[in-house]
Amino acid sequence: MISAKRKERQQLPKAPTGITGFDEITMGGLPKGRPSLVCGAAGCGKTLFSIEFIVRGAMEFNEPGVFVAFEEKAEELAANVVSLGFDLKKLVAAKKIKLDYVHIERSEIEETGEYDLDGLFIRLGYAIDSIKAKRVVLDTIENLFSGLTNQGILRAELRRLFQWLKDKGVTAVITGEQGEGYLTRHGLEEYVSDCVILLDHRVENQISTRRLRIVKYRGSFHGTNEYPFLIDEDGISVLPVTSLVLDKQVTSKRISSGIPSLDEMLGGKGFYRGSSILLSGTAGTGKTSVAAYFANESCNRNERCIYFAFEESPEQIVRNMRSIGMDLDRHVKSGLLRFNASRPTLYGLEMHLVVIYKLIKQFKPKTVILDPITNLVTVGNMSEVKAILIRLIDFLQNEQITVMFTALTIDTGTTQSDEGVSSLVDAWLSLRDVEYNGERNRALYIMKSRGMYHSNQVREFIITDNGLKLVNVFLGPQGVLIGSAREAQELQEESNNNWRKTDLLRKDKAIERKKMLLDAKIAALNSKFESEKDDLDNSYLQQEIKNTIIENNRKRLSEKRSSTLNTKANAKKS
Amino acid sequence: MAKEENWELKLYIAGKTEKSVTALRNLRKYCEQHLKGKYQIEVIDLLKKPQLAEGDQIFAVPTLVKKIPEPIRKIIGDLSNEEKVLVGLNIIPVKK
Repeated sequence: MISAKRKERQQLPKAPTGITGFDEITMGGLPKGRPSLVCGAAGCGKTLFSIEFIVRGAMEFNEPGVFVAFEEKAEELAANVVSLGFDLKKLVAAKKIKLDYVHIERSEIEETGEYDLDGLFIRLGYAIDSIKAKRVVLDTIENLFSGLTNQGILRAELRRLFQWLKDKGVTAVITGEQGEGYLTRHGLEEYVSDCVILLDHRVENQISTRRLRIVKYRGSFHGTNEYPFLIDEDGISVLPVTSLVLDKQVTSKRISSGIPSLDEMLGGKGFYRGSSILLSGTAGTGKTSVAAYFANESCNRNERCIYFAFEESPEQIVRNMRSIGMDLDRHVKSGLLRFNASRPTLYGLEMHLVVIYKLIKQFKPKTVILDPITNLVTVGNMSEVKAILIRLIDFLQNEQITVMFTALTIDTGTTQSDEGVSSLVDAWLSLRDVEYNGERNRALYIMKSRGMYHSNQVREFIITDNGLKLVNVFLGPQGVLIGSAREAQELQEESNNNWRKTDLLRKDKAIERKKMLLDAKIAALNSKFESEKDDLDNSYLQQEIKNTIIENNRKRLSEKRSSTLNTKANAKKS
Repeated sequence: MAKEENWELKLYIAGKTEKSVTALRNLRKYCEQHLKGKYQIEVIDLLKKPQLAEGDQIFAVPTLVKKIPEPIRKIIGDLSNEEKVLVGLNIIPVKK
């Protein structure tokens, strides 16, 4: 909340009150050793604030305290705070606390002449010394005004009292009833000038909200806003929900959304841890399913998750998620998942925030789901809801908790109906109904996702018995197709493919046949050629044989002739 | 008017201040005048006995406390207004 540098510079010593959240907005507590004024109308929690200051001081900070009650008797007071777990009697017995009831009964008192309040001083001084008190509460000192008539003396004495308290070095809380147009009915703020805290209890639209504001705090930084606070079994919880600076720790760790195909769209890794995710969509687009998936995934990682349901009961959600194949019940049983279902109208916006804040502080989840934030509008207007969400997101980011809001958008034809929080969140998914071809289908877009690659494409979002799926939409010649049109187109594609396949097959066969035909033709020609070649060879052979025979004959003839010639010659010679 | 009653009076003071001295002087004077012989005055100095302040619900000084006779009355101040003191002590019943 405050940087270390500033803390060092801070001079004013402070006494921590121990009141949840209060020490954070005052950066340490009330001014130490000085009186502070706590004022407000009847029933705003002044007495509780002051008693908690005393009790916590005694129990947690080892600073004994004196509680001077002008209104309630010590026993009544002790009985009243038992419900808050404060055992006053025990603390009194242990000399940690001293209760002193200053009873002023108007009817018993006469005033005559000069007097002073030394009696009170002595009493107080005695009480302080007897337990070495460091803290003092005067509740409500203005009762003196109703008991005593001499205002001149009273005012002078009060001034002296506050100075005396300062001299004593005790941290004092003085309570005062709120007056018409003034902080206190008798102008106590005139005397207590160091720190003034105003408590307020307002009822708007039949819903009550308690608020606390630091009107002034001399010599110290402090939050100046009105902070809602809650009174419950643990006492007061103030909500320092608006941090003064934006110096949150960030991590670049990524966590899965639980839907693999959605992670794919987010650069393959999912959301950043500690980021805020807005899930907006019209009715019935599956916001709760996506949120439940995210919760489920968180529990699967063995991380705690709180699911704030403003519309459905936990049983309803568990049952409904079972229908899409998700078992949330086992996470509830193992204690990883906690549902907190409440009607938005149960209490005011601020109170919702306080309750959320408290639960988160207690349960320490890693993931928080709010489903849906738009229902909160029923108890406040848009700007209030936005203010609350800013504070919630601030707080969650400080705690490194990932948060997913769902928001119902009314279909106005534009996608920019985002509850005005889109600029605050880190990632924004938009779920939409796409009406096409006589049917409604769900589509998911990532409107933004800071600091990471994310798909710019629209995906068809399908809810099946086995969970959620994101399907690539069909980009055909007719544009983006979705739902049964996409399916039809897919079928068409498929049959086209089949058709093409059989067509090819047929052509293949024809070619085959042609080849076979040609082959046969080739064979026939070959055989024809063979036979012709045979014939030719035959005729060659015959010719050769003929030639040989002729040759042989001629040879034999010539041989014969020469022999006859020889014999003739022989004969002649002889 | 008072019968055979005894006035038990306590005067709480815080040290010997001008106011407390005046108060005691005034008180003694009224008692001598109106309650001679049937009163007791106890002066309690809270500076010495601060623990006694709580019992009688003292917050201002000087305070005169009359417990007996009933009803309890507290008279705050230096008791300079005789009539108020006497009414407060039930010595004279009503204001003139």
